Parts: sequence; C-alpha cells; structure tokens
Amino acid sequence: MTGGGTAHLRSGQDILLRVQDLEVSFGSGPHRVQAVSGISFDVAPGETLGVVGESGCGKSTTGRAVAQVHRPDAGTVRFDGTELTTLGSRELRQARTKVQMIFQDPISSLNPRRRILDIVSEPLAIWGLGTKEERHRKAATMLEAVGIDPAQAGGRRPTEFSGGQCQRISIARALILEPKLLICDEPVSALDVSVQAQILNLLQDLKEERAITMVFIAHDLAVVKNVSDRVAVMYLGKLCELTTPDALYRQPAHPYSEALLASIPEPVPGSERGHTGLTGDLPSPIDPPSGCRFRTRCPYAQELCAREEPPMAEVAPGQFAACHFPLVKPGQVLPEPGPAPEPPRPVL
Amino acid sequence: MPDGHHDPPGDPRILGAPAAFSPAVDAEVGQVARHLHTSEPATPTGSTSKRGGLGVVFWIAAGWVGLTVLLALLAPFLPLQSPTFQDYSVVNLGPSTHHLLGTDDLGRDMLSRIIWGSRDSLVISIVSVVVGMLIGGSAAMVAGYWGRKVDAVLNAASFVVLAFPPLLFILAVEAFWKPPLKSIELWKLVVMFTVVAAPQLFRVMRASTLAVSNREFVVAARSMGASTWRILTREILPNVLPAALSFALIGIALAVIIEGALAFLGLSVALPTPTLGNLINEAAQIYNLKANPTAALWPSLYIFFLVVGLNLMGDRLRSTFDVREGNL
Repeated sequence: MTGGGTAHLRSGQDILLRVQDLEVSFGSGPHRVQAVSGISFDVAPGETLGVVGESGCGKSTTGRAVAQVHRPDAGTVRFDGTELTTLGSRELRQARTKVQMIFQDPISSLNPRRRILDIVSEPLAIWGLGTKEERHRKAATMLEAVGIDPAQAGGRRPTEFSGGQCQRISIARALILEPKLLICDEPVSALDVSVQAQILNLLQDLKEERAITMVFIAHDLAVVKNVSDRVAVMYLGKLCELTTPDALYRQPAHPYSEALLASIPEPVPGSERGHTGLTGDLPSPIDPPSGCRFRTRCPYAQELCAREEPPMAEVAPGQFAACHFPLVKPGQVLPEPGPAPEPPRPVL
Repeated sequence: MPDGHHDPPGDPRILGAPAAFSPAVDAEVGQVARHLHTSEPATPTGSTSKRGGLGVVFWIAAGWVGLTVLLALLAPFLPLQSPTFQDYSVVNLGPSTHHLLGTDDLGRDMLSRIIWGSRDSLVISIVSVVVGMLIGGSAAMVAGYWGRKVDAVLNAASFVVLAFPPLLFILAVEAFWKPPLKSIELWKLVVMFTVVAAPQLFRVMRASTLAVSNREFVVAARSMGASTWRILTREILPNVLPAALSFALIGIALAVIIEGALAFLGLSVALPTPTLGNLINEAAQIYNLKANPTAALWPSLYIFFLVVGLNLMGDRLRSTFDVREGNL
C-alpha cells in the first residue's frame, strides 16, 4: 500500500468521520494535478483533528473533498454511518447539512449584497424551516452566541464589518443547522493576531457547548497545537505523521514534522533547536518525486526512500509516521516531559 | 437517510429552543459583544451604497432619460399634431407658439415628429437590449457557473456572432430578409439588434459570473444544501446584475446610435414613419439642409442628449459598483 496506508485508522471505536485513500485531482491530461493522493484519517465524535502543512500540500482540498464540495476521484468518505462519495445529488444535499465549512477569507465567504440576518438565516430558508420571523429569531440567537449584536448588525451588509466580525458571522451561519462536523479551512490565517485568539476561543467554546467535531486546517502549527486533539501533518498530497500535538512538539517522528517545528520563530534567543528549517521548494504535484515524496528535501533521505514509499506505521503508542527512518524508533521510550523544560509556548 | 442519523429537513427540533446556553456563557458572550462594538464599531464604511451617493449628474441624466421615455410613452395622449399631418401653409418655419420646434419641408410639426420618432427608436433599443440581456444573461450564468463543456460551447457561439461587425451584419440581413408585412419592419429591427446585443451582454455577464462563482459564499451556499437555482438567483445574480445593468444602459445608447446610422442609409423603419434616425436622414438631404437646418438640428440634439444621459448613467453606476467591489 503506497501513500500512508491505513495502520493509523482506529477500529472498534465510535468514529464520526472515516476517510480512506482519498484522491482528488484537478485538470486533465499532462497537466493533471493530483492535489490529494491517497489520504486516510478518522475523527472520533467531539474530537478536533488539526491538519497542517505548507501551502499547496492539499490540506484545503482534503477539507473540501470531505464536505464533497469537490467530489473526490477515489477513496471513501464515511460520515456518521453514511458513505458520502456515492450519494446522489439529492441525498448529498441533505447529508451535507451535517457537515459545514468555515473559510479562510471571512469577507469573501459572505455575499456582499445580502443583509447579515438574511445570510445567517439562509440555511434555514434553504430547507424551509419555520416562518421568516422564526428564522430571523433563531439567526439573532446565533449571532448573539458568536458575539455579534443582532439588533445593531442584522440589517447591515458584510462590507460594513471587519474581518473578525465577518468570521464570527460565518461561524453563526455554519452552526445554525446544528452540524455534527465543522470543517475549518484556515479560519484565522487572514485575521489579525489579537482577533485570531478571539475567534479560536469562540470556536473552542462553541465546540464544547454544542459537542461539535472539528477538522481544523491551518498552516500555523501554533494555532493547531492549541485547538487539536490530534494533528495530521501533510506534505504534497500525502500524510506524513498523525499524532497528538504534545507528542508532535515533544518528539516529532517524521523529518518533515521536525522541519515544520524548526520553522516556528523562536521567542527565546539562543535556544536553537539545532536543525534549521527546510531548503528548496515544494516539488510540483504534477510530477511528484518517486518513493517518499519528501525525500528531495529530507536531510535523512537514503536510496531506499527513492525506491519505496513508506507506509504509515506506529512508532510510539498513538504516534504514526510514514517514514523509513523515523526520528522516533518503534519501541523507543519517549522522554518524560516532566522535568525537562517546556518547549517555549508559541506566540499566538 | 438510510441510517436515520440525519435529521430530516423538516425536523421541528432544528427550530426548537437552541442548545441552551448557560447564563454565565451568555453574560460572557454579551460582554464580548459589547467589547467588540466599542473597540471596532461597525460603522458604514461609505455612503456609496446610498442613493445620494450617485451624485447630482446621475440624477440629472436619469431625469432627462426618464422624461424622454415618459414623453415617448405618452405620445398618443399629448396635445400634439399627428406626426404625418402635412400643412403646406407652414413649410420650414422656425420655432413659434404653434410649432414649438418649427416645421419641416412638408409643414409637419417637428416636436410631434421627434416625440413620435423617439417612440420607435426607444422600442428598438430598449426591447432589444432587455431581450438580449435575458437571453445572453441567462446563457452567461449557465456558462459561468457550470463551466467546462457548457461554457466552451456557449463561449464559442458568442465568438461566432461577435465576429461579425454589427453594422455589416445588419446590412447583410437587411439585404436578404424582406419581411412580408410593412408593420413588422420594426420587429425585424428589434430581432437584429437583439442578435447583436446578446453576445456582448453574454461576455460581460459571463466574466462576472465566473468571478463570483468561485467565491467562498457560493461554496458555502452549496454546502448548506442550496439548490443550483437558488445559488444562481440568490447568490450570483445580485452580484452580477449591477455591472450588467450599467453595461445595458450604455448598450441602449449604442442601439439608438446604430438605429440612426441605419436610418441614414435608409434601412431603418420605412418613411414616412418617423424615428430619430429617419428625421435626421430626411432633414439632412442637401436641399432640406439649406432651406431649414433646424429640422436636422433638433432631432440630432435629442439623440445627443439621450445618448449622453444614458452613458452618464451607465458610467456612474459602474463606477459606484466598482468602488464597492474595491472596498471588499
């Protein structure tokens, strides 16, 4: 099995979302770009899965394929007992209401010509739920829950709000249908740092209040660390590592995870982590490298890496990596985090 | 849903009491809200969306165009002489109280002829642009939203029509298509103008549909389960229409001019029925122009102000909407 394998999928548990061997590509012929090539992961109810990776690695595409905004070319997306990839368009419309998305650009995700109250109550209007007053009342409650004053904001249009406020409105709209799964596609990367924290806290609160499961896509490890229960690291359409954020920070098993961590700016001068980031560019997904896709930029790459693609394997309990030479060897005992100095907290 | 996990869309629970918030959370949220409104007040960023923002020039232009259209509509009820009534005792007169704009070489009242003439000119221009917008616009939205093959086919079709210079195309059709009845000559012009206008409007609206279709709010609507029809009419159309409207206004102005050009070649509605173009054509014959230059001047001025008014309106609308797009 190339491309990660499925060793990291949990079985026998209550699983809300199980994605297996997902493949998504764009274009056709020689310019065909395979944005996602064989990704598998699962998310338990109430869990937050963080997905990180640099731009162009396919993380947003993965999120959109899960919501069936782009139909995947291959693979399965099993959500809450229903296989989404084989649903007809009618059934899919209905199933989608349980999977909602929040996007990166908060202003572009709201129709500039409509009023806030109409935008937030639109999902209810689509499904013909309640009268207009009931819908608006529910939308007003939702707006309040995300910290927007409905009396003041309801009649205005999105262009009159800041990015952070627009993101709050998007969240209200996404949650009004009471979805089980929320896919957040870089929801804070377009916002000011201070507003980022507000939005992240809001998402966290709403998630706990409403028992929402989240897939949180970001390129910022620091953001993901704070919100996720598990983190999936992606590179060029493939999964590199899947583990808890603590384990990822303490002892990354995949060389790419290590490089990502090293790229976080150090708030403490002099506390170098030894390895300094990555060199070179992301290879073209039109013609990805043979074997392990990361080998062209990997400091530990050997001849085997060009020949054979490494499958996902458990290197430590709950820590999976797709690498022939993982930095954490299977069976190796993780260093106790107790007395060791905490890794410096990233600045949000 | 086979598994029964999904709530059917009509589930009353969805609209029931929302998940109860604890009072503490509510209070906290309220504080956040208050804080937000004090720290980043949601003040309107510009008054361009308000009517007053269109400016005086726009409203003068709109007033003039509106008056023109109103006069044309009310022509049968206005106290005007028949536009074809000839009185040889008052040939080639200047303006007077009886004939406000004077008379032409056959003693017909110029004001009456201009107002009646603008009727046919405006019918040709407005109807063809409106119908062209309905046809071209719906094709554009289909092409822009679905993309791929539908887009390729419709796009190619629009290029084929656009490849003909409009005036040449109309001349060619004029040469080969003689309508059986004189009364439908007007509608023949309308059809030809529609064929010319539709692909132009198609191109403008397709471009803006393409731009809007990839925006996140369209993706969001789709993921909320909105039907394609709902996405097209509620999400995309309101964003495409303003630009298309301003383009259509300029298109109407252009159609008025093309009608004038056709009349000058004697290919518009047959004489003695007046159109704005026919009037200029008639008055500009060399012996008429010498005897009575004002007979050519008045309809020319009428066209001039009508076209300038339409262009100013279209321009102003476009810049207003451009600014709003720029604010995004």
